[in-house]
Amino acid sequence: MRPISGAEALRSSVDTFDAIIAAHRDRDGPLLPILHDIQATFGAVDEAAKRHVAEALNLTRAEVHGVVSFYHDFRDTPAERPVVKLCRAEACQARGAEALAAKAEALAAGRAVVEPVYCLGLCAIGPAAMVGTTPYARLDETAFARLVEEL
Amino acid sequence: MRIAIPDDAAAIACGADAVATAFAGHAPEAEIVRTSSYGMLWLEPLVDIDGIGYGPVTPADIPAILAGDRRLSIGPIADHPFLARQERLTFARAGLTMPLSLEDYVATGGWAGLSRARAIGPAAIVDDVTKSGLRGRGGAGFPAGIKWKTVAEAASERKFIVCNADEGDSGTFADRMLMEGDPYALLEGMAIAGLAVGAMHGFIYVRSEYPQAIAKLTRAIEAAADIIAPFRVEVRVGAGAYVCGEETSLLNSIEGRRGEVRAKPPLPAVEGLFGKPTVVNNVLTLAAVPHILADGGARYAMFGHGRSRGTMPIQLAGNIRHGGLFEAPFGITLGELVHEIGGGTATGRPVKAVQVGGPLGAYHPPSMFHLPFDYEAFTEADGLIGHGGIVVFDDTADMLAQARFSMHFASVESCGKCTPCRIGAIRGRETLDRIRAGGRPVDPVERLPQIHNARPTARNLAEEVALLTDLCETMKFGSLCALGGFTPYPVLSALTHWPEDFGLDPERRVAAE
Repeated sequence: MRPISGAEALRSSVDTFDAIIAAHRDRDGPLLPILHDIQATFGAVDEAAKRHVAEALNLTRAEVHGVVSFYHDFRDTPAERPVVKLCRAEACQARGAEALAAKAEALAAGRAVVEPVYCLGLCAIGPAAMVGTTPYARLDETAFARLVEEL
Repeated sequence: MRIAIPDDAAAIACGADAVATAFAGHAPEAEIVRTSSYGMLWLEPLVDIDGIGYGPVTPADIPAILAGDRRLSIGPIADHPFLARQERLTFARAGLTMPLSLEDYVATGGWAGLSRARAIGPAAIVDDVTKSGLRGRGGAGFPAGIKWKTVAEAASERKFIVCNADEGDSGTFADRMLMEGDPYALLEGMAIAGLAVGAMHGFIYVRSEYPQAIAKLTRAIEAAADIIAPFRVEVRVGAGAYVCGEETSLLNSIEGRRGEVRAKPPLPAVEGLFGKPTVVNNVLTLAAVPHILADGGARYAMFGHGRSRGTMPIQLAGNIRHGGLFEAPFGITLGELVHEIGGGTATGRPVKAVQVGGPLGAYHPPSMFHLPFDYEAFTEADGLIGHGGIVVFDDTADMLAQARFSMHFASVESCGKCTPCRIGAIRGRETLDRIRAGGRPVDPVERLPQIHNARPTARNLAEEVALLTDLCETMKFGSLCALGGFTPYPVLSALTHWPEDFGLDPERRVAAE
């Protein structure tokens, strides 16, 4: 495959922004659906994306930044490794999630990023985690290590 | 042979997809269907083979089960004591139907409520919901009928129905199970609400941590669009902010703003989404409506206790042997739920504490297990039932650590609009760290000659505790919404009932109780 030049990459991401914005702009309250689609496509909502969306929706760049920075889901830069969201809320704590969390980083051994999440709705079968859209439950050290191994 | 395997996220997390694939390989002649979950989560994946339950099943167990091995069998599922003791109205279809099958939905009484609602008209719908005594299942317990009446009477060319499906409370999963297991019931409830108040457009605001629910709802909305028309519904996905479960910050989020809380009044019923009159109800509130309309509000009101009418889907979670969804009329005691139904802790150790109502709910010791599950009874006991989640902890729990977590959680999730919550949560966490240390030495800054408003001495444990109590008072009465206002519940209940975990004299507890 021919390497893509910087200018081409920029043009193609601008086209993608425009396509995403066009898909949502006539909805009531289009900003969050747009940001979700950008994050799903590019893995992050970066500075260029914020400026482009602000311009298209007639918002200030500060308004868009305010929204992006408010919500935990939006990232500035794409995660370099798969993200394992490990539940750290009370129901999982009661089932040993804190002990697992203390070892999780070591068990992930550089293959995955471990991030906290507060509740996945798997509260009777914790400790629980989610990778992408796949839920995992009844995790202990062995199961967690296997989960990371299979990523 | 009919083999039913749940496709609920909890079952999938326990390996249901692999079990379904393996069954297809081992029993190619069988009819394999994916149904909703019965809610007996300790048995997931719970496989239903012609009415007989097996669980928890792994792919390795399948050849033996098909050969007649009954070791994993729980017998006829419907007779299981966990289910037999329930009164399932909202979760009547749980475990029995395929979530997206319109045929299954109709065969189990689906759309009957909507048909009757269309026949009797808006005023009679509101009347029926008021008579049922249905109160908001999200936590606040506000009467649904009164909210609907306010929106119905508001004059506006546009009105909205917003379903709050931002189920962020730890220990709760009933909204998720309902959306994944019976999505048409939610859409039917929203369509009835729309008819009642004159709204044509509904939003379901689902948290992003529930991808399975989002997928099911999106498909259900497509499949049922013609049935609920002219009412239409769309899904909006949250972005990881707990505070968006608060109704006004949820509205801001749908509008594309930061999820900051709005001051009330104006109430959303008068000025809600995009400034228009809006019904904001929890998933369970709206999903209870089809039953109320189909069978009449009077029947629903027959269940319950005191001013808490109907049934409550209670979620047994945390360190509990038999965790899952237990729908029962209000009035069942905490002790019955934890010991008789839940079977005590999963670790087999004694119960130390149960937190009821999510991260903003109080911790209760076993001495309070006589409390009936009822909005008023829990309020009187300085607690709340919230969304009906019960999280059990065994005797290894450190209640000071739990109190610190409550403050930490509030500091992570605070929207930042009001000072008592934004700053109080951080100061609370710091104070609890100093309580852990038994007080603090004098700070060099306090000794500076310029400092006139601080005492240049160390603080002892009792003084730190007094500071914490004072801070909790400020948060409770000074915060704009329940996040800052209710965080003191878990903190102070831990301090009151387990003073020894805070390094205090256990005698304090006797005085408090």
